Amino acid sequence: MSGVRLKDLVGKKNPLTEGHRMCPGCGAPTELRQAFMGIDDPVVVVGATGCLEVSSTVYPYSAWRVPFMHVAFENAAAAISGVVAAHSVLAERGTAKKNIKFVAFGGDGGTYDIGLQALSGALERGHDFTYICYNNQGYMNTGAQRSSATPRGANATTSPAGSVLGGKLQRAKNMTEIAAAHDIPYVAQTTLHNPADLISKVRRAVETPGPAFVNVLVPCALFWKIATCDQVKICKLAADTRFWPIYEVIEGRHALSYTPRTPLPLEEFLKAQGRYSHLFRAGAERADIVAQAQKDIDDDWEKLLRKCS
Amino acid sequence: MSRVKGGVSWRNTPPGTVTFGASAMEVETGLWRSMRPVLDLEKCVSCLKCWVQCPDASIMTDEDARVCGINEYFCKGCGVCQAVCPAGAISMRPESDFSDCGKVCEPDKVMQLVKNTGMVGELVGS
Repeated sequence: MSGVRLKDLVGKKNPLTEGHRMCPGCGAPTELRQAFMGIDDPVVVVGATGCLEVSSTVYPYSAWRVPFMHVAFENAAAAISGVVAAHSVLAERGTAKKNIKFVAFGGDGGTYDIGLQALSGALERGHDFTYICYNNQGYMNTGAQRSSATPRGANATTSPAGSVLGGKLQRAKNMTEIAAAHDIPYVAQTTLHNPADLISKVRRAVETPGPAFVNVLVPCALFWKIATCDQVKICKLAADTRFWPIYEVIEGRHALSYTPRTPLPLEEFLKAQGRYSHLFRAGAERADIVAQAQKDIDDDWEKLLRKCS
Repeated sequence: MSRVKGGVSWRNTPPGTVTFGASAMEVETGLWRSMRPVLDLEKCVSCLKCWVQCPDASIMTDEDARVCGINEYFCKGCGVCQAVCPAGAISMRPESDFSDCGKVCEPDKVMQLVKNTGMVGELVGS
């Protein structure tokens, strides 16, 4: 986390401009802006379909200062592979700069679900690019349908909370570990409450030759049902309850970047969001789901600690 | 391969893309705002926490990298800046408290932009 001074980053023009049409208080543009602060070289961006893509490229406007390509939901990683390959040919011929960095981004829908196969292929082929997932834990662009990143107990329109079911029945899958299982040089997981951590992780990701994957938890004010001003508070709670461990995997070696001094109970994170309000409704509390969700994260934390030792 | 009839090549064919970058800077997202952040420069310590967490890059800085104001053209009024400010220098006030509430964007910025580039005017022109 050393070496990041916000003062030094102020003068740089960010590839993502103002005037994009993301919701007020959305975490995704914050995340991408912070991520780009870690990149000094020229950058080419490929975006999978999702909130950030549609809102940053509302025709005929573009909120991108850099070459940007939108592709379909499933193939951001495949498209960036092609861009990287084409660039390597042009750089060899001397018709393109050598120091260009390649960044693909997708939401959790475009990463965990629909784009997983293309991403897995690109990671396996070993192209030199960085994939950044802005993980808001659902298909928020189309109205909060569940994705495989939606956590247990969260209310989503396709796993609605009601008198029988308490939101999504299954736990979220661990995409960071799936990426790490490809034995790529760099994988990281972080969130927004500590910009220096996110910036330095992205810097490391783009400077590492070969593929890198960065998974960032970003709040969706609209469907997590939180106040628009609360994105930083919620991210801090996610880290402090161990719901979202902050760690990196460098050349296959796990390392924790942040250990909460006294971990908070998961309830604190859940109670702060409207998408879990059904679990705490007076007279219809679902302590069983809260306990199961707590067990999920405790198990994950234990597994992570074993990998870090 | 690259040449077709009439000497038009793929190189000078107008692409079906948005070829002008950063054009979203024309869009006044500040019109969405219902709460306006008011910055008290006396209290501000320029820690840049608001600058780095603002989703809309609306915290303005001067050449010494010090916070110098809030860009109301883009600010959507989410209040993240107030929430992260350690010095209590930002307060959120309802837009209706201000006499310039609900100012409108200059008309036809889209068409102006299209005209300037001369690339896609026929596609979206009236």
